[in-house]
Amino acid sequence: MNDISTWDVVRNLLDGVLWTLGLSLTAFVLGGLTGLALLFARIASTAWLRKLAKAYIEVFQGTPLLMQLFIIFFGSSLIGLELSPWLAAALGLTLFTSAYLGEIWRGCVESVPKGQWEASASLALSHFEQMRYVILPQALKIAIAPTVGFSVQVVKGTAVTSIIGFVELTKTGSMLANATYQPFLVFGLVALGYFALCYPLSVFSRRLERSAHGTRAH
Amino acid sequence: MTYAFDFASLLEYRDILLAGTLRTLALTAIGTFFGLALGVLGAASRAWQLAPWNRVFAVYVELIRNTPFLVQLFFIFFGLPSLGVSINEWQASILAMVINLGAYSTEIIRAGIEATPRGQIEAAESLAMTRRQIFLRVVLAPALRKVWPAICSQVVIVMLGSSVCSQIAAEELTFAANFIQSRNFRAFETYFVVTGMYFLLALAIRQLMLRAGDRLIGGRRT
Repeated sequence: MNDISTWDVVRNLLDGVLWTLGLSLTAFVLGGLTGLALLFARIASTAWLRKLAKAYIEVFQGTPLLMQLFIIFFGSSLIGLELSPWLAAALGLTLFTSAYLGEIWRGCVESVPKGQWEASASLALSHFEQMRYVILPQALKIAIAPTVGFSVQVVKGTAVTSIIGFVELTKTGSMLANATYQPFLVFGLVALGYFALCYPLSVFSRRLERSAHGTRAH
Repeated sequence: MTYAFDFASLLEYRDILLAGTLRTLALTAIGTFFGLALGVLGAASRAWQLAPWNRVFAVYVELIRNTPFLVQLFFIFFGLPSLGVSINEWQASILAMVINLGAYSTEIIRAGIEATPRGQIEAAESLAMTRRQIFLRVVLAPALRKVWPAICSQVVIVMLGSSVCSQIAAEELTFAANFIQSRNFRAFETYFVVTGMYFLLALAIRQLMLRAGDRLIGGRRT
């Protein structure tokens, strides 16, 4: 028995796209805030804070996202918390995103010439004021292109959350493929959905990169 | 309620963990070899605008880089058989990894090739080197040397990403973890240990590749 029309498939997949989009935005915003804290820790004058941030980044960049999700999902129940797949997915992706954004932004801050730090220090600005008024505004300009570029990785990363049972685009696709026996069509459409989300971001990031290089003399 | 951690219960499964690790390594090794080969072909076609291959690779790179690995894997494993191509979980995993790494390494290696000054090729031509010699020695080797650290990072990302191959029942390291935790009901300990194993694998692969790079294509010069 198979009375699922192609339109039903598309309609359900569009629902999945919304969940993928929602999870991506959540992870990107919360991951961005955490990443900012991580950036400050990474360039702090306190040594243990720097080391802690570095270890955090290395652990999240050196282990599979799927394992991180499993640990959060199963680990939370150990401490008596029953996280829903949505919360576990949002938490996992936020941590994952923050590690990468923190590291990307550190590179941007470090590419601001040292003289800017020295000049602002000579104006008796505090560390925080130096960051707020001198360094971050310049780093921000450099950071936009790679940050937009990384957002593509966040959107693609959300696919892995289907494995812990969060019903987004990939999970919707798996269920529809089982129900319709048309995996080629369904997963083709799923891929198209991700492409529609990611390709504009990729193009935008490349354009930003080019215009950033254009302003430099060479 | 306090939970008593029991990491020792994993010891009896060490053979399964070892087998999973070896399979993850084998997947990564095969995927890396063919993925980089594909990347070299793609990069050369793109950098020198060899029609029609430059167009083909341009589309391929965009399609792969803007869709998740998991979906590529499902598309290959579930989609191809419905077209009459029979494929098992290992073939699908390797194919997906090769296609995935091929797209990223095309872009990485292309950047290296495009950084080769035109004058170097002209100098090589004036020394009567053949086209093949010029490509291998004057263009490819320095290009790979320049982008080798980026390639190493990408290979590590692909290795970590291969954990989702467990979802099509390829019995690699994550599959082993899922199997073990379904037996000993120690999900947290199992995943924690296996995550640590992945971390060590990532470190080891990076070091090994950086050293292999020094050996095969000369020192890391900046």
